[in-house]
Amino acid sequence: MDLHAILAIELPTFPRNVLLVSTATTSPSRTGAAAIGPAPFAARAAITRAAAGIGLYAGAFGVTFGAVAARSGLSVAQAVALSAVMYTGASQFALVGVLAAGGSHLAGLSAALLLGLRNAFYGIPVTHILRPRGLRRMWTAHFVVDESTAMAVAQPAPRAGRYAFWATGLTLYALWTLGTLAGALIGSGIDTSALGLDAAAPAIFLALLWPQLSQERGRAVALGAAVVVLGLIPLAPAGLPVIAAAAVAILAGLLPARRRHETEGQ
Amino acid sequence: MNTVWATVLVASLGCYGLKLAGVSLPESVLSHPRVQRIAGLLPVAMLTALVVTDLFDANGRYTADWRTLAGVGAGAIALRFGRSPAVVFLLAIATTAVTRAVT
Repeated sequence: MDLHAILAIELPTFPRNVLLVSTATTSPSRTGAAAIGPAPFAARAAITRAAAGIGLYAGAFGVTFGAVAARSGLSVAQAVALSAVMYTGASQFALVGVLAAGGSHLAGLSAALLLGLRNAFYGIPVTHILRPRGLRRMWTAHFVVDESTAMAVAQPAPRAGRYAFWATGLTLYALWTLGTLAGALIGSGIDTSALGLDAAAPAIFLALLWPQLSQERGRAVALGAAVVVLGLIPLAPAGLPVIAAAAVAILAGLLPARRRHETEGQ
Repeated sequence: MNTVWATVLVASLGCYGLKLAGVSLPESVLSHPRVQRIAGLLPVAMLTALVVTDLFDANGRYTADWRTLAGVGAGAIALRFGRSPAVVFLLAIATTAVTRAVT
């Protein structure tokens, strides 16, 4: 399967978001173009600016994560370890959220891994663009996240794609981890709810899943997951509702494709 | 080493392992249509689940803070108008912070 076919199947979902970030930081007038399709960045300067914009927002979100983690009972070192080693935001929030709610460690672990599974699939386009070999695979893999993948696939040429991947991945990593450190250090000292930080994570998760809501199957899965979780809140132990939601996605994914715009060719 | 550390490290290495598998496994494994479809839908279901529990779950009891809802609602409106996650983030926390301060 060639790269084009892969991009046609899955990747437009996450990249679309991040493209909006990047254009917003370069020039507001290009937001409209990005909403239609991937806008090619010819110049490295534009990629660098976009990566810096993503990094700044990630830094602020990192502070939020650090503060939430600290208030959930994690030590500063544990919070920073999550950002530095796990380095995939939604999984980190899921793990911390389950532990804070008194859920089992196994439930927290499962939720983090299920959310982290998408990064494995980002490996397909990243491998096409970066062609990492040998030990480089191990180094490259760590920086495969929503934003770096999106920025890499948005570039018209592999050369620009490689630059975009590293510029975004490294900037994001540095600021996300530093933000987490800052947030964890001040976490117990600031009133996170007075700053409205309790709205940050759900708003960002909504932003991540938003593009999928424009597709019928995506909407159905989101609705199904919401119903399952709402039903399970008073019944199941903490953490379990989130994992049960995964079953909705698996069931929906097993249903045969019947939409004309789906390109799997079944 | 306590169990929190163990969970943090196992989950972190597990998530890294998934990334490594993505750049190491033969493409034929990951590019199967059904596998791709499930992989695409998993984050939708789980992110929705996280949003719902963040907004309505207080340790197994239903809860709702309208100021948090207002913040996320403001974020949703920004998304509707094609704004970036950075704008959504700022608008959501600002809305929640302001409504909380005045009520």
